Amino acid sequence: MSEAVQLKTSPHLRGMHSVDKIMRHVVYALLPVSLFSVMQFGLSALALIVTSVLVCVGTEHFFCKRSGTESTVSDWSAVITGLLVALILPPGFPLWMAAVAAFVSIAVGKVFFGGLGYNVFNPALVGRAFAQAAFTVPITTWTPGMAHRRFLEFIPTTLTPPFLKPDFDAFQIWVESLKIDGYSGATPLAMMKFDHIEVDTLELFLGTLASSAGESSALLILLGGLYLAFRKMLNWKIPVAVLGSAFILSGIFYLQNPEVGLPIYPSPFFTVTSGGLMLGAVFMATDMVSSPVTPVGVWIYGILIGSLTVMIRLFGGLNEGVMYAILLGNAATPLINNLTQPRIYGATRKRKEKAA
Amino acid sequence: MSHKLLDIQHFLRGTFNQGIHPPENKHFTAGKPIERLAFPPQLILPLSQHAGKPSVALVRKGQEVARGEPIARADGFVSVPLHAPASGVVKDICLMPSARGPMVESIVLDVYAGDPQEVLYGTDVDVDAIPASDLMQAVQDTGLVGLGGAAFPTHVKLSVPEGCVIDTVLINGCECEPFLTTDHRLMIEQAADLVAGTRILMKAVGAQRAIIGTEDNKLDAVEAIQAVLKPDDVVSVKAVQTKYPQGAEKMLAKALVNREIPSGNFPSAVGLGVFNVATATQIGQLLPKKQGVIERVVTVTGPGIGRPGNYIVPIGTPIRFILDALGFEGSARHLIMGGPMMGGTVSSLDTPITKGCGGLLILNEHQLTTEEQMKRYPCINCGACVDACPMMLNPCEMGRMAHKAQYETMAERYHLNDCFECGSCSYVCPAAIPLVQYFRVAKSVNRTKAAAS
Ligand code: SF4
Ligand code: SF4
Repeated sequence: MSEAVQLKTSPHLRGMHSVDKIMRHVVYALLPVSLFSVMQFGLSALALIVTSVLVCVGTEHFFCKRSGTESTVSDWSAVITGLLVALILPPGFPLWMAAVAAFVSIAVGKVFFGGLGYNVFNPALVGRAFAQAAFTVPITTWTPGMAHRRFLEFIPTTLTPPFLKPDFDAFQIWVESLKIDGYSGATPLAMMKFDHIEVDTLELFLGTLASSAGESSALLILLGGLYLAFRKMLNWKIPVAVLGSAFILSGIFYLQNPEVGLPIYPSPFFTVTSGGLMLGAVFMATDMVSSPVTPVGVWIYGILIGSLTVMIRLFGGLNEGVMYAILLGNAATPLINNLTQPRIYGATRKRKEKAA
Repeated sequence: MSHKLLDIQHFLRGTFNQGIHPPENKHFTAGKPIERLAFPPQLILPLSQHAGKPSVALVRKGQEVARGEPIARADGFVSVPLHAPASGVVKDICLMPSARGPMVESIVLDVYAGDPQEVLYGTDVDVDAIPASDLMQAVQDTGLVGLGGAAFPTHVKLSVPEGCVIDTVLINGCECEPFLTTDHRLMIEQAADLVAGTRILMKAVGAQRAIIGTEDNKLDAVEAIQAVLKPDDVVSVKAVQTKYPQGAEKMLAKALVNREIPSGNFPSAVGLGVFNVATATQIGQLLPKKQGVIERVVTVTGPGIGRPGNYIVPIGTPIRFILDALGFEGSARHLIMGGPMMGGTVSSLDTPITKGCGGLLILNEHQLTTEEQMKRYPCINCGACVDACPMMLNPCEMGRMAHKAQYETMAERYHLNDCFECGSCSYVCPAAIPLVQYFRVAKSVNRTKAAAS
């Protein structure tokens, strides 16, 4: 026999998707959101995104090389993490702090668990949770968008030298120099929570208000999500469950508002378009690795995240709850998977009784 | 595909849950009428082309045989006889390589060149006069076996287990494997034989009705069959959604009569008998003449072959002979016996077509290399496999367990043994994890363990 015997086994065909292709398209879907953030916040946002992505990719590459394995950066997942980290930080966040957050997200959030596919939590949120604890003040300092000199100068805090606290006096002077009416430095969510002022939902939807670098335009986030869902690279059930449950739950509370005076509870439209909920629901809760795989489990997971977000926002000490809600959802994923094993075809009564 | 989205009827048709939509690729051969190929100079006839005991040779080396003559007999109930596919002389009875690799005892037959190759064997019988109880024997005498790797003798399926009543016969004409069009052509061209065979099968198992099921990408076949049915016929034909693996027994039962075959059971447990279109057609042709299976229709297709088509070939024809006749320049590595989803590769081109083989798929170099270069990643928990599995198993979890060699847990808690290796999970997995391969290994390890204890 002249030819080498080669016995491959079926199936001999493969579907169209591969991991790197899916990840690459998630990056594409995040691009409009990132560009919008640059348009809105200028140089600072650009520097933030570039730093975060470079540090994420670099960290992953470094750890792979150190452990002597082939570098896994070509699967694009580190780029996603980098983009997400940048998009959930305030646009004027000091770059060195962003770099630390990005490093932590990959090192602690991903590599420690064993790399792509083994991480329990969404790495970007691990980085953000770390930043929230370590850099409490800068992470709650918000910048107004559309400053007229945004493409010419950085937001002063951006260029804080490493290991130093940002200079908030300079920041204040800079903010005042912008002469923006009624700017309080608070995000719409904080205004709602602490001052009970509800901003226009349409503005939120289009994204023209103070926020994290990439959380502002619900519209662009949705479009990115729709693109991925159509290409079957994103489980549409998760954002639907997250946003749907948040909408309904906050709607119930909204109806409890007193008839006179300032509203205590925000409208459901405000809930789903404000803060990081949209970005979280579409791009972070849907992270495949840390979300359930079973059809029923996916719904439970989404509803859990949506309701937790509303609960934290309304009753917690924080004005933003998406991050913790998703991290909790991630933590519950193995349990959810376990409890929602699908009923198999032809499952017999007898078997069920045995299991019970 | 796009017109399907607008086809509301498509969505009203029966189907099973989940499954996948691989590119159909039937266009190579769907429109090509069945053709006969020339006889090869030599046939190789393995004595074991079926599940069960090998047949026992009835001929000696050097003996002359006539086309259609029995040359081996069944050895017991789960076994079938073998008939000479061509007139010629027995050259040898010896070990020959088989498609899957191991050497098997085979009858090698030198075909008489220039012989008219008429079937002289067989006597006309009135099938209606055969009592139902004798039909099983009559089917065994034809030597028919089911399609696919297992090649289970057809008559064994006719024996209804104690306590079961079969009310409906399902004839499986789904042919959900991409590329293959054998059953499609049979339904169009030999609809009368198909329906006749269906009636015989109904009688044999005592069913009151029969449904011929096919996918809705073969509506011309539905028309062809309808044309030979009587008004108010007990035999009917029904289109179901085109989806892989619609042609699996369990999926078809769900789609056509909405019955679920319980885990670990045969279709008879829910009153069904399921047979393939090719089997029913052959019964319709062979039984009235008391003949045996000597040839079958094989789809030879794929981007790697010059003249794709549907060909009638004698059982035992070496694959190389068919491919040479049809313009093939590759090697055995391009060849798949059966469909791309469940078919197997062959060890050598010199192995023969057996009774259970309905297709030869020839891939080209480009397809093979893109396939081989598919990069493996760790499981990213995307859930695509869970959404694809027609049995509603959890291939993702099982894949992780297989990694840790927890084969027993897979069987006990995750229903490993309900996996029928359709390959849907491996097909969709973006991480290119060889899930089915894992499951095959797991099953065989479990089997070995069970046998040892
Ligand atoms: S091969 Fe098994 S586990 Fe995979 S989809 Fe088919 S039945 Fe399910
Ligand atoms: S399809 Fe592959 S990557 Fe996705 S969950 Fe299943 S095994 Fe994991």
